[in-house]
Amino acid sequence: MNDPQQIKDMEAGGVTGLYREHAEWHVNSGEKTIHAKRMPGFFRTFKTLSESLWLFFFVGAYLRWNGRQAILLDINHRQFHFFNLTILPQDIWMLSLLLLLLAMVLFAVTSVASRVFCGYFCFQTAWTDLFTWIEEKVEGPPGKRHKLDAAPWSAEKLRLKAIKHFLWLLVSVLTGISFTIWFEDAFQYWRDLLSFNLTLLEWVVLVFFILTTYYFAGFMREQVCMWLCPYARIQGVMCDSQTILPAYDEKRGEPRGKLRKGDVTGDARQGDCIDCFQCVQVCPTGVDIRQGQQLGCITCGLCLDACDSVMDKIGRPRGLIRYASLDELGGKPVKKLYQHPRTLVYVAILLLAFAGIVYGLTHLGSLTLRVAPERQPLFVRMSDGSIQNKYTFRVLNKTDKDLTVRVIAEGGIKDQIIVDSGQKQLVTHGKASTFTVFVKAKEENIKKEVTRIEFRVENTEDPSMGAEYHTVFNGPKR
Amino acid sequence: MSDNRNADSGETTTGHVWDDDLADYTNQPPRWWMIGLTASAIWVVVYFLMYPAIPIATSGTFTKGIGVPGTGQWTAVKEMEADMKDVDDVRGKFEKRLKDMAPAAILADKELSEYVSRSGKVLFSDNCAACHGQNGIGTTDKQGLFAPILNDDDWLYGGTIEQIFESIANGRQGMMMAHKTSLSAQEIDALASAVAQGNPTSTPLFTEKGCVACHGANGKGMQAMGSANLADKVWRFSGTPEGIKYTITHGVNDAGDKETRNAVMPNFSAAGKLSQSDIKKLAVYVFKFGGGKASDPAPAAN
Repeated sequence: MNDPQQIKDMEAGGVTGLYREHAEWHVNSGEKTIHAKRMPGFFRTFKTLSESLWLFFFVGAYLRWNGRQAILLDINHRQFHFFNLTILPQDIWMLSLLLLLLAMVLFAVTSVASRVFCGYFCFQTAWTDLFTWIEEKVEGPPGKRHKLDAAPWSAEKLRLKAIKHFLWLLVSVLTGISFTIWFEDAFQYWRDLLSFNLTLLEWVVLVFFILTTYYFAGFMREQVCMWLCPYARIQGVMCDSQTILPAYDEKRGEPRGKLRKGDVTGDARQGDCIDCFQCVQVCPTGVDIRQGQQLGCITCGLCLDACDSVMDKIGRPRGLIRYASLDELGGKPVKKLYQHPRTLVYVAILLLAFAGIVYGLTHLGSLTLRVAPERQPLFVRMSDGSIQNKYTFRVLNKTDKDLTVRVIAEGGIKDQIIVDSGQKQLVTHGKASTFTVFVKAKEENIKKEVTRIEFRVENTEDPSMGAEYHTVFNGPKR
Repeated sequence: MSDNRNADSGETTTGHVWDDDLADYTNQPPRWWMIGLTASAIWVVVYFLMYPAIPIATSGTFTKGIGVPGTGQWTAVKEMEADMKDVDDVRGKFEKRLKDMAPAAILADKELSEYVSRSGKVLFSDNCAACHGQNGIGTTDKQGLFAPILNDDDWLYGGTIEQIFESIANGRQGMMMAHKTSLSAQEIDALASAVAQGNPTSTPLFTEKGCVACHGANGKGMQAMGSANLADKVWRFSGTPEGIKYTITHGVNDAGDKETRNAVMPNFSAAGKLSQSDIKKLAVYVFKFGGGKASDPAPAAN
C-alpha cells in the first residue's frame, strides 16, 4: 500500500487500481471447497449444544396431545393447533406480532453480541455443520479430504464419496419429511409416503426440500451466507462500535511473526500472533479474522477456541482473538449494556409484541360473531305496518364441539321482536356457520333512521360462552 | 487473441478499448444461463406446435396446432367446457338430491337450503330481478309498483313454500274490472279514501257495489283468486288516494280498458324456460327473503 504509483491509481479511480483493490478485498467465492478443521473448545461445545436444539425439528411433530398432533400448522383446514390452543385464520394477526417478536429478538441480540443467530443457530450453519461432520467421519480430516478431492478417481474414492453422498441424502430426505409433517398429521403422512400415495404438492415439497438441503448444506455451504442470505447483510448493519464480536486484538498481536525455536515470546519486537493460521483453518467460512470484521464472519467463535489453544501452548494469555467491541479494541471507554439506546428500543418493541401475543392468546374466546345487515333493501315494511330488518349472522365456533346458540339483542328499538327468537342455531366446530335473523319493530317506536343495536349469541347450554357484535337497525327516513 | 489481454489481470478481452483503458472481457455467459436460454427456445417451438399459433390474415383463420398429447387439439371452448364440468361436479351432489325433493323439504334441509341461498341468487337475477328487483325489492313504473315486493309478508296468492312454487311454476294473472262506467266519480273518491285509510269497510259502498265479492267481507282479500288485502299496510300498486282511484277506475288486466294496470306473472315452466329444480330453488330463495309463511300444519318449533 505504500507504493506511490498504486495509491495514485486508486485515487484516480483508474481501472488498474480497481484490480489491486479487488486483490486486496478478495473474498472466498466458492471456487474451492473449504475443509475446515474441527477443534474442541468452549465455543465448539456451545455451538454443538445450540445447534442440537434443531433435533426438536425432527421429533417435535410426533408429539400427540388429546388424540391429535400437539403442534400442527394445518394449512389445508386453515387452523393451527398448539397443544390445547386452536388458532383460526381470524386470529392470525398474532402471527404478525410473532414475526415482529422474532425479528426484534434477532435485532436485539445482534446489537449486543453481533451475528449470534448466524453462528450458533441458523439452519444453514447447523445443517452445514452436520454435513461437514459426516464428511469428516467418512473421508477423514481436512488434509486427507483435500488430497482425496485432488486424487484421480479410484474404487476407494468412489466408495468414500458414495457413502458420504448417501448419508447426506439420507439427512436431506429426513429434513424434507420432518418439514412436511409439521403441516399435516405426521403418522398419516408416513403411511402415505410409504405407500407412495402422496399428493402432487406433497411430492413437490418433499423433493424441493431434499434437493435444497442436499445442495445448500452439501455444496453451497458458506456461499449461501455470503451471496444468498439477506440476514447476513441486515445483521451487519445492526452492529455498532458497542457490539461485541469475535475480534483480533491487533495491538497485542502485531507485528505477527513465525515462532522460531529459542525466540522469547512476549518479546517487545514481536506481537503475540505467531501466524500459525489455526484461526483460518478452523473457520467454516474460510475468512481470516485478523483482517477485521467482514461479511464472511458468522461469529461462530471457532477461531477463539483455536487461538486460545495455541496461546495456551506458547504460554501467552488467552484472548488474542476474543469477543470484544470495537470501542474496547480501540481503547475507547466501554459503555454499559443499558447505555445502548438502540438495544433498549429493540427490547421495548419486543416486549410490546410479546404483550400483544399474550393478550391475543388469553382473549381468543370460543365464539366470534360477525353480523352483516342486509343492504338491499335496508328494511322491509310488513303487512301490519311494522319495519323488518334482515341480518346475516356468521358465527365462528372455535371450540372442538358443535354447539347450539341463541340470539339476543340489546339496544335497538323499543318492543322489537327477534323473529323465531326461540330457535336454536347449530354452529359447527372449527368453522363459521351462517344463518339469517329477522328483527321486527313497530314503526311508531322507531325514532331515528339508523339505530344502534347489539346482538349477542350465546351457547344454549352455557350462557357465559358468547360473542357480541354492534350493528344498526335501519328504518324509513324521518 | 493473445494481444487482447488486460495488462493487470491477464484476462482475455475483446480488443476494443474505450477511454484509454476500459475493455470488455470475453467471458462466456454462465452455463446455467445458456441452458435456460436453450431450454426456453426449445419450449417456444414445442408450445408453438401444440397450441393454435399463426393467424392467417387473408383467410381469417389460424394454424390449429397438433394439440396437447392425450387431450387432442386445444380449443378455448374445450377448456371452458372442462371448467364448467368442474363447477357441475361441485354442484352435482346438491342438484341430484334436490331433484326429487319437495320445496318444503329443501327448505328444511340446512345444507341444501344454504346451497340454494347461494346458487339461487344467479337464477333470481337472471329470471326475476328484471321485474321484482334485485333481492326482491320490487320495481316501480310511473303508475306505482310494477311488480310486488317479495321481502314482505303480504302475498296475493299465499306465502307458503308450496304456494310460491306454484306461482313461479304456473304463473299468475289476477283480474279487476275497470269501474269507470259502473261507479260515479264521487263513489270512486269515497271508496278510495276509505281504502287509503286502511279501513275499506268504513264506507257502505264497499258492500253495496260488490267489492266484497272479490276482496272479502272484511276487505282482506282472497288468496285463491289473488285479490289484494286492502286492510294492511302493503300496497300492490300504490297507497296514495290518487293511485287507488286509478286502480278502481281502470282496473287490473281489464282488456276493455286501454289504461288498465298490468300485472302478469309469467309461467316459468312453459316452453321449458326453467327446470323443476330451478323453480324449486327459486321458491326456496324467495321464501328466505323474509316473508315466507309456515305451511299448514306448521312444523313444530325445535
